[in-house]
Amino acid sequence: MPISVPVTVVASTAPESSGPPSVVREFLRARGSGKLADAVFSSVMLVCALSIFAIVLFIASILILRSHLSLVQFGWKFFSRQAWDPVQGDFGALPFIFGTLATSFLALLMAVPLALGVAIFLTELCPKALRAPISFLTEILAAIPSVVYGLWAVFVLVPLMRDSIGPVLYKYLGWTGFFEGSNFGVGLLTASIILAIMVLPIISSLTRDIMTAVPNSQREAVLALGATRWEMIRTGVLRNSRIGIVGAVMLGLGRALGETMAVTMVIGNHPDISKSLFAPGYTLASVIANEFTEATGDLYISALIEIGLALFLVTIVVNAIARLLVWAVTRNAPARVA
Amino acid sequence: MKMYGVYRASMNYLVTGLAVLSTIVVIAPLVAILVYLVYKGASSLNLAFFTHIPRPVGEDGGGMANSILGSGVVLALASSLGVPVGIAAGVYLAEFGRGRMLANAIRFTADVLNGVPSIVMGIAIYSLVVMQQKHFSAFAGGLALAIMMVPTITRTTEEMLATVPFAVREAALGLGVPKWRTVISVSLRTASPGIITGCMLAFARVAGETAPLLFTALGNEFWSFKLNEPIAALPLQIYKYATSPYDEWHRLAWAGSLVLIVLIMVSVTLVRIFANRGALKGNS
Repeated sequence: MPISVPVTVVASTAPESSGPPSVVREFLRARGSGKLADAVFSSVMLVCALSIFAIVLFIASILILRSHLSLVQFGWKFFSRQAWDPVQGDFGALPFIFGTLATSFLALLMAVPLALGVAIFLTELCPKALRAPISFLTEILAAIPSVVYGLWAVFVLVPLMRDSIGPVLYKYLGWTGFFEGSNFGVGLLTASIILAIMVLPIISSLTRDIMTAVPNSQREAVLALGATRWEMIRTGVLRNSRIGIVGAVMLGLGRALGETMAVTMVIGNHPDISKSLFAPGYTLASVIANEFTEATGDLYISALIEIGLALFLVTIVVNAIARLLVWAVTRNAPARVA
Repeated sequence: MKMYGVYRASMNYLVTGLAVLSTIVVIAPLVAILVYLVYKGASSLNLAFFTHIPRPVGEDGGGMANSILGSGVVLALASSLGVPVGIAAGVYLAEFGRGRMLANAIRFTADVLNGVPSIVMGIAIYSLVVMQQKHFSAFAGGLALAIMMVPTITRTTEEMLATVPFAVREAALGLGVPKWRTVISVSLRTASPGIITGCMLAFARVAGETAPLLFTALGNEFWSFKLNEPIAALPLQIYKYATSPYDEWHRLAWAGSLVLIVLIMVSVTLVRIFANRGALKGNS
């Protein structure tokens, strides 16, 4: 390819070159040669790009279509009823909504302060030499498959909760009512802890990006007024990036709401609504994972698909809001790989 | 006034300490998981693991060779469907749609689609393919994973193409090269290390996916080569073994997880090195 040689030369000697396409380019493009091929090429690319819309529309429509039976049978009440009786054909999603919200909320409660701490450490305090390895480690944490987290949780976290952490919590905080009843190790609390570990890297890496986008002059200005480092972080950095941080937390929430395998393996899988965090629970995602292949009867499958539809719509909304918030803050920051 | 200064200084130290502490707390489970995985998995890895199919409960030995092969088949299928579409969509966003409302809408949709839980993809493909065909298949599994790969690849491709300076494209156009040739031979070529990175990251992400495969590929205890039959996959088998009550199966689950993690980590690390070396640096 003879072109590739001048390419690199041009790239390294023309620093002002990235900008809108020039008149020359428009002229050359309009010059007939390869016009048909260009048109075909660009429309093929457009079709592929439109397939992203198609995927979303297809998922939404197929889920609505297949959950029709349950939508008609139960209506809006489906989401406020507590019944889950496949034998009688009586279904309601409330226990799963409770389980999903409870585990996600607890996971965020644990993950957000830690993620903020990591992001502050990485952007403001960390020695340069440590920055890359720690970021890399947290990225690895994000790359571990859910099922492996689940495996680890089943064999390490569950016994730990049952034998060490659980009894201590019961002894000192049992009076609150949150740590009561028989403690099998599996339950809402264990699921929340594993969820927290899983959403942490997402929140912390996004928060780090957002905090890096705060201009340095901002920091210098606050420091020049005689602030301590923490005051600089609080007033100069955190205050400027709070919208983006909320967005990052919401992205973490979206991930927590839909997380399936690890939660299914440790939550106990029982449609109960209980105040105690030791009690087994069930989430929207884990009921689908557990019961879908064994579901008999159209109404049963339809009810499970309706749960999937609810999960789809909720995560779409949460992610859309989160993306808008993150974009608002990092819009002008340089691009980086995933 | 002096007291206030002490308060401010100690607050500073306290928060610094907390930030360091939280970093340690975050790194700890990672190290715990990796160490435990190597400890439990390495002792169970042997030749049989890579060459044999699972034995029935109660019999010793056996391996997960069919799951490894099955994962390979499903992932190859997913990549061959997802990668071209994802790259093409990224090319549209960066080369043709820049600044247009449509492109912005597509970009936003891709980002949102990225956050849709994988289990939703699973039931959608189940409803479309499995319900129609009345049986589970490797093809359905590949399709579900392909859909998950598309938005990730699209976004990284677009971001990588955006770092290619316009002057580079104009150099080609100035020689009379048609637009489509310019995109393929110049833009895509220049951005190729970054695009490959994106594809590998998407690949690593779906390689460990279990939920969408539960209702599409289903899993299989035997060798399976046909695309329209249920097929085994490593994450599925790990899930099955981890939730079983048998020690022998737990052993296999650990070994399987170790293999999966090593595969993912090697690809992610290779990609980082590759991308840092090959990427077009400087003005962008």
